[in-house]
Amino acid sequence: MTGTQGNASGSPRATAVPFLLRWAVLLVAVACWELAARARGSVYFPPPLRIARHARDLWFSGAVDHLFLTPAAVDTILPSLGRMAAGFALAAVAGITLGIAMGRSRRAYALCNPVLQFARSVPPPALVPVFVVVFDFGTPMQVASIVFSAVWPVLVNSAEGARATDPLRLEVAAVLRLTAPERLWFLILPSALPRIFAGLRLSLSLCLILMVFSELLPGADDGIGFTLTDAQTRSDLLTVWAALMLLGALGYLLNTGLLAVEKRLVGPRTSAGRTA
Amino acid sequence: MLLGLLGAAGAFGVCEAVSRAGIVRRSYLPPASEVLVRAARLTADPVFVDGIGVTLRAWALGLGLACAIAVPLGLLLGAVPVVEAAARAVIEFLRPLPSVALIPLVSLLLGSGTETEVTLIAYASLWPVLFNTVYGLGETDPLAKDTLRAFGFGRLAVLLRVELPATAPFIAAGVRISAAVALILAVATEILSGFGQGLGIFIAQAQTATDGTRDVLAGVVWAGGLGLVINGVLVGVEGRLFAWALEPGPEAGKSERGHP
Repeated sequence: MTGTQGNASGSPRATAVPFLLRWAVLLVAVACWELAARARGSVYFPPPLRIARHARDLWFSGAVDHLFLTPAAVDTILPSLGRMAAGFALAAVAGITLGIAMGRSRRAYALCNPVLQFARSVPPPALVPVFVVVFDFGTPMQVASIVFSAVWPVLVNSAEGARATDPLRLEVAAVLRLTAPERLWFLILPSALPRIFAGLRLSLSLCLILMVFSELLPGADDGIGFTLTDAQTRSDLLTVWAALMLLGALGYLLNTGLLAVEKRLVGPRTSAGRTA
Repeated sequence: MLLGLLGAAGAFGVCEAVSRAGIVRRSYLPPASEVLVRAARLTADPVFVDGIGVTLRAWALGLGLACAIAVPLGLLLGAVPVVEAAARAVIEFLRPLPSVALIPLVSLLLGSGTETEVTLIAYASLWPVLFNTVYGLGETDPLAKDTLRAFGFGRLAVLLRVELPATAPFIAAGVRISAAVALILAVATEILSGFGQGLGIFIAQAQTATDGTRDVLAGVVWAGGLGLVINGVLVGVEGRLFAWALEPGPEAGKSERGHP
Protein backbone atom coordinates (compact mmCIF):
# COMPACT_ATOMS: atom_id res chain seq x y z
CA MET A 1 0.00 0.00 0.00
CA THR A 2 2.81 2.36 0.87
CA GLY A 3 5.79 2.92 -1.34
CA THR A 4 3.91 2.32 -4.56
CA GLN A 5 5.72 5.16 -6.21
CA GLY A 6 9.05 4.27 -4.60
CA ASN A 7 10.41 2.71 -7.77
CA ALA A 8 14.13 2.35 -7.37
CA SER A 9 14.88 3.07 -11.01
CA GLY A 10 13.27 6.54 -10.97
CA SER A 11 15.55 9.55 -10.98
CA PRO A 12 16.24 11.09 -7.57
CA ARG A 13 14.39 14.20 -8.62
CA ALA A 14 11.24 12.30 -9.53
CA THR A 15 11.04 10.77 -6.05
CA ALA A 16 12.27 13.84 -4.17
CA VAL A 17 9.56 16.16 -5.42
CA PRO A 18 6.55 14.21 -4.09
CA PHE A 19 8.50 13.61 -0.88
CA LEU A 20 9.13 17.33 -0.36
CA LEU A 21 5.59 18.14 -1.40
CA ARG A 22 4.24 15.71 1.19
CA TRP A 23 6.15 17.21 4.04
CA ALA A 24 5.41 20.73 2.88
CA VAL A 25 1.71 19.94 2.78
CA LEU A 26 1.86 18.38 6.21
CA LEU A 27 3.64 21.42 7.61
CA VAL A 28 1.13 23.76 5.99
CA ALA A 29 -1.76 21.69 7.34
CA VAL A 30 -0.37 21.77 10.87
CA ALA A 31 0.34 25.50 10.56
CA CYS A 32 -3.24 26.14 9.42
CA TRP A 33 -4.56 24.10 12.32
CA GLU A 34 -2.32 26.05 14.70
CA LEU A 35 -3.46 29.41 13.34
CA ALA A 36 -7.13 28.45 13.22
CA ALA A 37 -7.02 27.01 16.72
CA ARG A 38 -5.36 30.14 18.09
CA ALA A 39 -7.79 32.43 16.31
CA ARG A 40 -10.84 30.52 17.51
CA GLY A 41 -9.49 29.86 20.97
CA SER A 42 -11.85 26.88 21.33
CA VAL A 43 -11.34 24.68 24.37
CA TYR A 44 -12.11 21.62 22.31
CA PHE A 45 -9.49 22.19 19.63
CA PRO A 46 -6.26 23.30 21.24
CA PRO A 47 -3.38 24.39 18.97
CA PRO A 48 -1.06 21.51 18.01
CA LEU A 49 2.03 23.12 19.49
CA ARG A 50 0.39 23.25 22.90
CA ILE A 51 -0.64 19.61 22.54
CA ALA A 52 2.90 18.63 21.63
CA ARG A 53 4.32 20.59 24.56
CA HIS A 54 1.78 19.02 26.87
CA ALA A 55 2.66 15.54 25.61
CA ARG A 56 6.33 16.26 26.18
CA ASP A 57 5.71 17.48 29.72
CA LEU A 58 3.57 14.46 30.47
CA TRP A 59 5.67 11.69 29.03
CA PHE A 60 8.97 12.71 27.46
CA SER A 61 10.63 15.12 29.87
CA GLY A 62 12.19 12.48 32.09
CA ALA A 63 15.80 11.77 32.96
CA VAL A 64 18.30 10.84 30.29
CA ASP A 65 19.01 7.44 31.79
CA HIS A 66 15.31 6.62 31.50
CA LEU A 67 15.39 7.47 27.78
CA PHE A 68 13.64 10.76 28.66
CA LEU A 69 10.55 8.86 29.77
CA THR A 70 8.80 10.29 32.79
CA PRO A 71 7.43 7.98 35.52
CA ALA A 72 3.96 8.71 34.14
CA ALA A 73 5.06 7.42 30.74
CA VAL A 74 6.50 4.28 32.27
CA ASP A 75 3.20 3.72 34.06
CA THR A 76 0.96 4.31 31.05
CA ILE A 77 2.77 3.55 27.82
CA LEU A 78 4.74 0.48 28.85
CA PRO A 79 1.82 -1.56 30.24
CA SER A 80 -0.20 -0.83 27.12
CA LEU A 81 2.64 -1.78 24.81
CA GLY A 82 3.45 -4.87 26.83
CA ARG A 83 -0.12 -6.16 26.69
CA MET A 84 -0.33 -5.44 23.03
CA ALA A 85 2.99 -7.15 22.28
CA ALA A 86 1.97 -10.21 24.30
CA GLY A 87 -1.42 -10.37 22.60
CA PHE A 88 -0.02 -9.90 19.12
CA ALA A 89 2.73 -12.47 19.62
CA LEU A 90 0.33 -15.08 20.99
CA ALA A 91 -2.20 -14.43 18.24
CA ALA A 92 0.50 -14.62 15.55
CA VAL A 93 2.01 -17.87 16.82
CA ALA A 94 -1.34 -19.55 17.41
CA GLY A 95 -2.80 -18.26 14.16
CA ILE A 96 0.10 -19.27 11.95
CA THR A 97 0.54 -22.72 13.52
CA LEU A 98 -3.14 -23.64 13.53
CA GLY A 99 -3.73 -21.99 10.18
CA ILE A 100 -0.99 -23.92 8.40
CA ALA A 101 -2.03 -27.16 10.05
CA MET A 102 -5.59 -26.52 8.91
CA GLY A 103 -4.60 -25.44 5.44
CA ARG A 104 -2.59 -28.60 4.86
CA SER A 105 -5.51 -30.91 5.42
CA ARG A 106 -8.52 -30.52 3.22
CA ARG A 107 -10.69 -32.32 5.77
CA ALA A 108 -9.63 -30.14 8.67
CA TYR A 109 -10.23 -27.07 6.56
CA ALA A 110 -13.73 -28.12 5.61
CA LEU A 111 -14.44 -29.09 9.19
CA CYS A 112 -13.35 -25.83 10.76
CA ASN A 113 -14.24 -23.33 8.08
CA PRO A 114 -17.84 -22.50 9.14
CA VAL A 115 -16.86 -22.08 12.79
CA LEU A 116 -13.96 -19.88 11.74
CA GLN A 117 -16.10 -17.72 9.50
CA PHE A 118 -18.47 -17.16 12.38
CA ALA A 119 -15.68 -16.38 14.85
CA ARG A 120 -14.20 -13.94 12.40
CA SER A 121 -17.53 -12.19 11.92
CA VAL A 122 -18.04 -11.40 15.59
CA PRO A 123 -17.10 -7.76 16.16
CA PRO A 124 -14.28 -8.19 18.72
CA PRO A 125 -15.47 -5.56 21.25
CA ALA A 126 -18.61 -7.65 21.78
CA LEU A 127 -16.48 -10.44 23.26
CA VAL A 128 -14.63 -8.25 25.74
CA PRO A 129 -17.44 -8.35 28.37
CA VAL A 130 -17.16 -12.15 28.37
CA PHE A 131 -13.50 -11.90 29.32
CA VAL A 132 -14.33 -9.28 31.92
CA VAL A 133 -16.61 -11.81 33.62
CA VAL A 134 -14.08 -14.63 33.38
CA PHE A 135 -10.85 -12.84 34.26
CA ASP A 136 -12.11 -9.69 35.97
CA PHE A 137 -10.21 -6.50 35.13
CA GLY A 138 -6.50 -6.58 34.60
CA THR A 139 -3.84 -7.73 32.22
CA PRO A 140 -5.09 -11.33 31.62
CA MET A 141 -8.49 -10.03 30.52
CA GLN A 142 -6.89 -7.49 28.22
CA VAL A 143 -4.42 -9.92 26.68
CA ALA A 144 -7.19 -12.49 26.19
CA SER A 145 -9.39 -9.94 24.41
CA ILE A 146 -6.51 -8.93 22.17
CA VAL A 147 -5.61 -12.53 21.31
CA PHE A 148 -9.19 -13.56 20.65
CA SER A 149 -9.78 -10.74 18.21
CA ALA A 150 -6.40 -10.75 16.49
CA VAL A 151 -6.02 -14.48 15.95
CA TRP A 152 -8.75 -14.92 13.31
CA PRO A 153 -7.32 -12.88 10.44
CA VAL A 154 -3.94 -14.62 10.83
CA LEU A 155 -5.56 -18.03 11.10
CA VAL A 156 -7.79 -17.64 8.07
CA ASN A 157 -5.04 -16.11 5.95
CA SER A 158 -2.44 -18.70 6.94
CA ALA A 159 -4.86 -21.49 6.15
CA GLU A 160 -5.65 -20.07 2.74
CA GLY A 161 -1.99 -19.39 2.09
CA ALA A 162 -1.03 -22.96 2.97
CA ARG A 163 -3.87 -24.30 0.85
CA ALA A 164 -2.68 -22.36 -2.15
CA THR A 165 0.76 -24.02 -2.26
CA ASP A 166 1.53 -24.97 -5.84
CA PRO A 167 0.66 -28.70 -6.15
CA LEU A 168 3.39 -29.18 -8.76
CA ARG A 169 5.99 -28.00 -6.28
CA LEU A 170 4.60 -30.35 -3.66
CA GLU A 171 4.99 -33.20 -6.12
CA VAL A 172 8.57 -32.15 -6.82
CA ALA A 173 9.17 -32.11 -3.07
CA ALA A 174 7.76 -35.63 -2.86
CA VAL A 175 10.06 -36.76 -5.65
CA LEU A 176 13.03 -35.20 -3.89
CA ARG A 177 11.95 -37.01 -0.73
CA LEU A 178 11.90 -33.90 1.40
CA THR A 179 10.86 -34.63 4.95
CA ALA A 180 7.73 -33.03 6.34
CA PRO A 181 9.60 -30.32 8.31
CA GLU A 182 11.71 -29.53 5.24
CA ARG A 183 8.59 -29.27 3.10
CA LEU A 184 7.05 -26.97 5.65
CA TRP A 185 10.09 -24.76 5.99
CA PHE A 186 11.24 -24.53 2.38
CA LEU A 187 7.99 -24.78 0.52
CA ILE A 188 4.74 -24.21 2.38
CA LEU A 189 5.82 -21.45 4.71
CA PRO A 190 7.48 -19.29 2.03
CA SER A 191 4.57 -19.65 -0.34
CA ALA A 192 2.06 -18.80 2.40
CA LEU A 193 4.11 -15.90 3.72
CA PRO A 194 2.51 -13.08 1.68
CA ARG A 195 -0.94 -14.17 2.84
CA ILE A 196 0.28 -14.58 6.41
CA PHE A 197 1.57 -11.03 6.41
CA ALA A 198 -1.69 -9.73 5.01
CA GLY A 199 -3.34 -11.36 8.02
CA LEU A 200 -0.73 -10.01 10.42
CA ARG A 201 -1.29 -6.47 9.22
CA LEU A 202 -5.03 -6.76 9.86
CA SER A 203 -4.30 -8.28 13.25
CA LEU A 204 -1.96 -5.50 14.22
CA SER A 205 -4.58 -2.83 13.73
CA LEU A 206 -7.14 -4.98 15.59
CA CYS A 207 -4.63 -5.40 18.44
CA LEU A 208 -4.24 -1.66 18.71
CA ILE A 209 -8.01 -1.15 18.70
CA LEU A 210 -8.60 -3.82 21.32
CA MET A 211 -5.75 -2.61 23.48
CA VAL A 212 -7.32 0.83 23.63
CA PHE A 213 -10.85 -0.52 23.95
CA SER A 214 -10.04 -2.84 26.85
CA GLU A 215 -8.43 0.07 28.67
CA LEU A 216 -11.30 2.43 27.97
CA LEU A 217 -13.79 0.22 29.81
CA PRO A 218 -14.80 1.47 33.22
CA GLY A 219 -12.76 -0.56 35.68
CA ALA A 220 -9.39 -0.47 33.92
CA ASP A 221 -6.74 1.33 35.92
CA ASP A 222 -3.69 1.91 33.77
CA GLY A 223 -2.59 2.30 30.18
CA ILE A 224 -3.05 4.83 27.43
CA GLY A 225 -6.77 4.10 27.13
CA PHE A 226 -7.23 4.73 30.84
CA THR A 227 -5.40 8.06 30.47
CA LEU A 228 -7.94 8.90 27.77
CA THR A 229 -11.05 8.13 29.83
CA ASP A 230 -9.53 9.70 32.90
CA ALA A 231 -8.85 12.92 30.98
CA GLN A 232 -12.31 12.72 29.46
CA THR A 233 -14.04 12.64 32.84
CA ARG A 234 -11.94 15.61 33.96
CA SER A 235 -12.64 17.37 30.62
CA ASP A 236 -8.88 17.72 30.26
CA LEU A 237 -8.86 18.09 26.49
CA LEU A 238 -5.16 18.74 26.20
CA THR A 239 -4.42 15.30 27.63
CA VAL A 240 -7.07 13.69 25.41
CA TRP A 241 -5.46 15.18 22.32
CA ALA A 242 -1.96 14.32 23.53
CA ALA A 243 -2.97 10.70 24.10
CA LEU A 244 -4.55 10.59 20.64
CA MET A 245 -1.34 11.89 19.09
CA LEU A 246 0.66 9.34 21.03
CA LEU A 247 -1.59 6.53 19.82
CA GLY A 248 -1.38 7.77 16.25
CA ALA A 249 2.40 7.83 16.45
CA LEU A 250 2.48 4.35 18.00
CA GLY A 251 0.17 3.02 15.31
CA TYR A 252 2.33 4.54 12.62
CA LEU A 253 5.56 3.17 14.08
CA LEU A 254 4.18 -0.33 14.63
CA ASN A 255 2.71 -0.49 11.14
CA THR A 256 5.93 0.77 9.56
CA GLY A 257 7.89 -1.79 11.55
CA LEU A 258 5.69 -4.65 10.41
CA LEU A 259 5.91 -3.48 6.79
CA ALA A 260 9.70 -3.39 7.06
CA VAL A 261 9.76 -6.96 8.39
CA GLU A 262 7.41 -8.03 5.62
CA LYS A 263 9.56 -6.38 2.97
CA ARG A 264 12.61 -8.18 4.32
CA LEU A 265 10.97 -11.58 4.48
CA VAL A 266 8.66 -11.51 1.49
CA GLY A 267 10.14 -8.86 -0.77
CA PRO A 268 13.16 -10.60 -2.29
CA ARG A 269 11.05 -13.72 -2.98
CA THR A 270 14.01 -16.03 -2.37
CA SER A 271 12.83 -18.62 0.05
CA ALA A 272 16.11 -20.47 0.64
CA GLY A 273 18.21 -17.50 1.63
CA ARG A 274 16.18 -16.64 4.67
CA THR A 275 17.84 -16.91 8.02
CA ALA A 276 15.04 -15.65 10.22
CA MET B 1 -20.52 -28.69 3.32
CA LEU B 2 -21.40 -31.80 5.30
CA LEU B 3 -18.04 -31.74 7.06
CA GLY B 4 -18.59 -28.08 7.83
CA LEU B 5 -21.88 -28.84 9.54
CA LEU B 6 -20.14 -31.63 11.39
CA GLY B 7 -17.42 -29.19 12.50
CA ALA B 8 -19.98 -26.70 13.74
CA ALA B 9 -21.80 -29.46 15.58
CA GLY B 10 -18.49 -30.60 17.07
CA ALA B 11 -17.63 -27.13 18.33
CA PHE B 12 -21.11 -26.85 19.79
CA GLY B 13 -20.76 -30.23 21.47
CA VAL B 14 -17.37 -29.39 22.98
CA CYS B 15 -18.68 -26.13 24.46
CA GLU B 16 -21.73 -27.92 25.80
CA ALA B 17 -19.68 -30.77 27.29
CA VAL B 18 -17.04 -28.50 28.86
CA SER B 19 -19.74 -26.54 30.60
CA ARG B 20 -21.91 -29.50 31.64
CA ALA B 21 -18.96 -31.47 32.96
CA GLY B 22 -18.08 -28.55 35.21
CA ILE B 23 -14.53 -28.10 33.86
CA VAL B 24 -15.08 -24.36 33.94
CA ARG B 25 -17.53 -22.59 36.15
CA ARG B 26 -21.01 -22.47 34.74
CA SER B 27 -21.23 -18.73 35.18
CA TYR B 28 -18.11 -18.39 32.99
CA LEU B 29 -19.20 -20.58 30.14
CA PRO B 30 -22.88 -21.56 30.14
CA PRO B 31 -23.82 -24.58 28.02
CA ALA B 32 -23.98 -23.75 24.32
CA SER B 33 -27.57 -24.94 24.09
CA GLU B 34 -28.71 -22.46 26.74
CA VAL B 35 -26.93 -19.63 24.94
CA LEU B 36 -28.53 -20.53 21.62
CA VAL B 37 -31.98 -20.89 23.15
CA ARG B 38 -31.56 -17.53 24.82
CA ALA B 39 -30.40 -15.98 21.53
CA ALA B 40 -33.47 -17.39 19.79
CA ARG B 41 -35.79 -16.19 22.57
CA LEU B 42 -34.42 -12.67 22.20
CA THR B 43 -36.23 -12.34 18.89
CA ALA B 44 -39.46 -12.19 20.89
CA ASP B 45 -38.11 -9.39 23.08
CA PRO B 46 -39.28 -6.11 21.49
CA VAL B 47 -36.68 -4.05 23.38
CA PHE B 48 -33.88 -6.21 22.03
CA VAL B 49 -35.22 -6.16 18.48
CA ASP B 50 -35.52 -2.38 18.66
CA GLY B 51 -31.95 -2.26 19.90
CA ILE B 52 -30.76 -4.27 16.90
CA GLY B 53 -32.66 -1.80 14.71
CA VAL B 54 -30.95 1.15 16.39
CA THR B 55 -27.52 -0.42 15.94
CA LEU B 56 -28.18 -1.30 12.32
CA ARG B 57 -29.47 2.20 11.59
CA ALA B 58 -26.33 3.79 13.02
CA TRP B 59 -24.25 1.26 11.09
CA ALA B 60 -25.99 2.02 7.80
CA LEU B 61 -25.89 5.79 8.31
CA GLY B 62 -22.21 5.77 9.19
CA LEU B 63 -21.27 3.46 6.34
CA GLY B 64 -23.34 5.48 3.88
CA LEU B 65 -21.76 8.70 5.03
CA ALA B 66 -18.30 7.17 4.73
CA CYS B 67 -19.00 6.02 1.16
CA ALA B 68 -20.46 9.40 0.21
CA ILE B 69 -17.23 11.05 1.34
CA ALA B 70 -14.67 8.42 0.44
CA VAL B 71 -15.68 7.58 -3.14
CA PRO B 72 -15.56 11.16 -4.53
CA LEU B 73 -12.45 11.90 -2.48
CA GLY B 74 -10.80 8.73 -3.69
CA LEU B 75 -11.66 9.57 -7.30
CA LEU B 76 -10.17 13.02 -6.83
CA LEU B 77 -7.03 11.66 -5.20
CA GLY B 78 -6.62 8.91 -7.75
CA ALA B 79 -7.26 11.11 -10.77
CA VAL B 80 -5.03 14.03 -9.82
CA PRO B 81 -1.56 12.81 -8.81
CA VAL B 82 -0.48 16.11 -7.28
CA VAL B 83 -3.42 16.10 -4.86
CA GLU B 84 -2.71 12.48 -4.06
CA ALA B 85 0.95 13.16 -3.24
CA ALA B 86 -0.05 16.09 -1.09
CA ALA B 87 -2.93 14.42 0.74
CA ARG B 88 -1.02 11.22 1.39
CA ALA B 89 1.06 12.87 4.09
CA VAL B 90 -2.03 13.97 6.01
CA ILE B 91 -3.74 10.62 5.44
CA GLU B 92 -0.71 8.62 6.55
CA PHE B 93 -0.83 10.47 9.84
CA LEU B 94 -4.57 10.14 10.36
CA ARG B 95 -5.02 6.51 9.41
CA PRO B 96 -2.88 4.67 11.99
CA LEU B 97 -4.85 6.23 14.84
CA PRO B 98 -7.00 3.44 16.32
CA SER B 99 -10.52 4.72 15.74
CA VAL B 100 -11.76 3.43 19.09
CA ALA B 101 -9.46 5.93 20.78
CA LEU B 102 -11.55 8.74 19.32
CA ILE B 103 -14.58 7.68 21.36
CA PRO B 104 -13.70 9.85 24.40
CA LEU B 105 -12.96 12.93 22.33
CA VAL B 106 -16.02 12.65 20.11
CA SER B 107 -18.29 12.00 23.09
CA LEU B 108 -16.93 15.15 24.71
CA LEU B 109 -17.66 17.08 21.51
CA LEU B 110 -21.04 15.61 20.54
CA GLY B 111 -22.31 13.98 23.71
CA SER B 112 -23.00 10.26 23.88
CA GLY B 113 -25.76 9.67 21.39
CA THR B 114 -26.43 8.53 17.86
CA GLU B 115 -24.43 11.43 16.42
CA THR B 116 -21.27 10.29 18.16
CA GLU B 117 -21.82 6.73 17.03
CA VAL B 118 -22.46 7.67 13.41
CA THR B 119 -19.49 10.05 13.31
CA LEU B 120 -17.13 7.42 14.65
CA ILE B 121 -18.46 4.73 12.33
CA ALA B 122 -18.11 7.06 9.35
CA TYR B 123 -14.57 8.03 10.30
CA ALA B 124 -13.41 4.46 10.77
CA SER B 125 -15.05 3.07 7.65
CA LEU B 126 -13.78 5.90 5.49
CA TRP B 127 -10.30 4.46 5.03
CA PRO B 128 -10.89 1.08 3.36
CA VAL B 129 -13.24 2.63 0.78
CA LEU B 130 -10.86 5.52 0.17
CA PHE B 131 -7.79 3.36 -0.28
CA ASN B 132 -9.56 0.86 -2.47
CA THR B 133 -10.92 3.62 -4.70
CA VAL B 134 -7.47 5.15 -5.17
CA TYR B 135 -5.93 1.73 -5.76
CA GLY B 136 -8.65 0.71 -8.21
CA LEU B 137 -8.19 3.87 -10.24
CA GLY B 138 -4.51 3.03 -10.58
CA GLU B 139 -5.42 -0.40 -11.96
CA THR B 140 -7.62 0.91 -14.76
CA ASP B 141 -6.69 -0.36 -18.21
CA PRO B 142 -4.65 2.47 -19.78
CA LEU B 143 -5.58 1.33 -23.29
CA ALA B 144 -9.27 1.98 -22.68
CA LYS B 145 -8.50 5.43 -21.32
CA ASP B 146 -6.26 6.28 -24.26
CA THR B 147 -8.87 5.05 -26.71
CA LEU B 148 -11.49 7.34 -25.27
CA ARG B 149 -9.06 10.24 -25.20
CA ALA B 150 -8.15 9.60 -28.83
CA PHE B 151 -11.82 9.93 -29.68
CA GLY B 152 -11.80 13.35 -28.09
CA PHE B 153 -13.52 12.62 -24.80
CA GLY B 154 -12.63 14.99 -22.00
CA ARG B 155 -11.09 14.19 -18.64
CA LEU B 156 -14.44 13.97 -16.88
CA ALA B 157 -15.97 11.74 -19.53
CA VAL B 158 -13.03 9.33 -19.28
CA LEU B 159 -13.43 9.31 -15.52
CA LEU B 160 -17.14 8.57 -15.64
CA ARG B 161 -17.17 6.14 -18.58
CA VAL B 162 -14.01 4.11 -18.03
CA GLU B 163 -12.39 4.73 -14.72
CA LEU B 164 -15.43 4.68 -12.48
CA PRO B 165 -16.85 1.40 -13.84
CA ALA B 166 -13.41 -0.19 -13.76
CA THR B 167 -12.94 0.92 -10.17
CA ALA B 168 -16.38 -0.20 -8.99
CA PRO B 169 -15.32 -3.76 -8.02
CA PHE B 170 -12.51 -2.35 -5.90
CA ILE B 171 -14.88 0.11 -4.27
CA ALA B 172 -17.30 -2.72 -3.53
CA ALA B 173 -14.52 -4.73 -1.89
CA GLY B 174 -13.66 -1.65 0.18
CA VAL B 175 -17.28 -1.27 1.25
CA ARG B 176 -17.31 -4.91 2.36
CA ILE B 177 -14.24 -4.37 4.56
CA SER B 178 -15.74 -1.14 5.87
CA ALA B 179 -19.00 -2.88 6.75
CA ALA B 180 -17.14 -5.09 9.23
CA VAL B 181 -15.20 -2.14 10.62
CA ALA B 182 -18.43 -0.18 11.01
CA LEU B 183 -20.00 -3.00 13.01
CA ILE B 184 -16.96 -3.10 15.30
CA LEU B 185 -17.23 0.63 15.93
CA ALA B 186 -20.99 0.48 16.45
CA VAL B 187 -20.68 -2.20 19.12
CA ALA B 188 -17.64 -0.55 20.72
CA THR B 189 -19.25 2.88 21.08
CA GLU B 190 -22.42 1.36 22.46
CA ILE B 191 -20.61 -0.75 25.03
CA LEU B 192 -18.69 2.28 26.22
CA SER B 193 -21.62 4.68 26.30
CA GLY B 194 -23.56 2.16 28.39
CA PHE B 195 -27.06 3.57 28.18
CA GLY B 196 -29.68 4.02 25.48
CA GLN B 197 -30.55 1.28 23.02
CA GLY B 198 -28.53 -1.03 20.86
CA LEU B 199 -26.86 -4.41 20.64
CA GLY B 200 -23.69 -3.18 22.38
CA ILE B 201 -25.75 -1.70 25.19
CA PHE B 202 -27.58 -4.98 25.65
CA ILE B 203 -24.21 -6.72 25.99
CA ALA B 204 -22.82 -4.09 28.35
CA GLN B 205 -25.86 -4.26 30.62
CA ALA B 206 -26.01 -8.06 30.60
CA GLN B 207 -22.41 -8.12 31.75
CA THR B 208 -23.23 -6.48 35.06
CA ALA B 209 -26.18 -8.75 35.84
CA THR B 210 -25.65 -11.88 37.91
CA ASP B 211 -25.29 -14.93 35.72
CA GLY B 212 -25.16 -12.52 32.80
CA THR B 213 -22.61 -14.44 30.74
CA ARG B 214 -25.41 -16.32 29.04
CA ASP B 215 -26.98 -13.07 27.90
CA VAL B 216 -23.62 -11.62 26.89
CA LEU B 217 -22.90 -14.72 24.82
CA ALA B 218 -26.36 -14.60 23.29
CA GLY B 219 -25.58 -11.01 22.29
CA VAL B 220 -22.26 -12.17 20.85
CA VAL B 221 -24.08 -14.82 18.83
CA TRP B 222 -26.31 -12.10 17.45
CA ALA B 223 -23.37 -9.83 16.70
CA GLY B 224 -21.54 -12.63 14.90
CA GLY B 225 -24.70 -13.55 13.01
CA LEU B 226 -25.16 -9.96 11.90
CA GLY B 227 -21.56 -9.80 10.74
CA LEU B 228 -21.92 -13.06 8.88
CA VAL B 229 -25.16 -12.04 7.16
CA ILE B 230 -23.85 -8.61 6.20
CA ASN B 231 -20.68 -10.10 4.76
CA GLY B 232 -22.61 -12.81 2.95
CA VAL B 233 -25.02 -10.33 1.38
CA LEU B 234 -22.20 -8.06 0.25
CA VAL B 235 -20.20 -10.96 -1.20
CA GLY B 236 -23.33 -12.08 -3.05
CA VAL B 237 -24.02 -8.61 -4.41
CA GLU B 238 -20.40 -8.27 -5.48
CA GLY B 239 -20.45 -11.63 -7.23
CA ARG B 240 -23.63 -10.73 -9.07
CA LEU B 241 -22.71 -7.18 -10.07
CA PHE B 242 -19.06 -7.66 -10.83
CA ALA B 243 -18.89 -11.23 -12.05
CA TRP B 244 -16.94 -9.91 -15.03
CA ALA B 245 -14.21 -8.56 -12.80
CA LEU B 246 -13.57 -11.67 -10.71
CA GLU B 247 -10.15 -13.09 -11.28
CA PRO B 248 -10.30 -16.79 -12.04
CA GLY B 249 -7.21 -17.56 -9.92
CA PRO B 250 -8.17 -17.26 -6.26
CA GLU B 251 -11.84 -17.88 -6.89
CA ALA B 252 -11.21 -21.25 -8.51
CA GLY B 253 -9.73 -22.41 -5.22
CA LYS B 254 -12.89 -21.50 -3.37
CA SER B 255 -15.14 -23.71 -5.46
CA GLU B 256 -13.22 -26.75 -4.22
CA ARG B 257 -14.85 -26.16 -0.89
CA GLY B 258 -18.09 -27.62 -2.25
CA HIS B 259 -16.88 -31.21 -2.54
CA PRO B 260 -14.32 -32.02 0.10
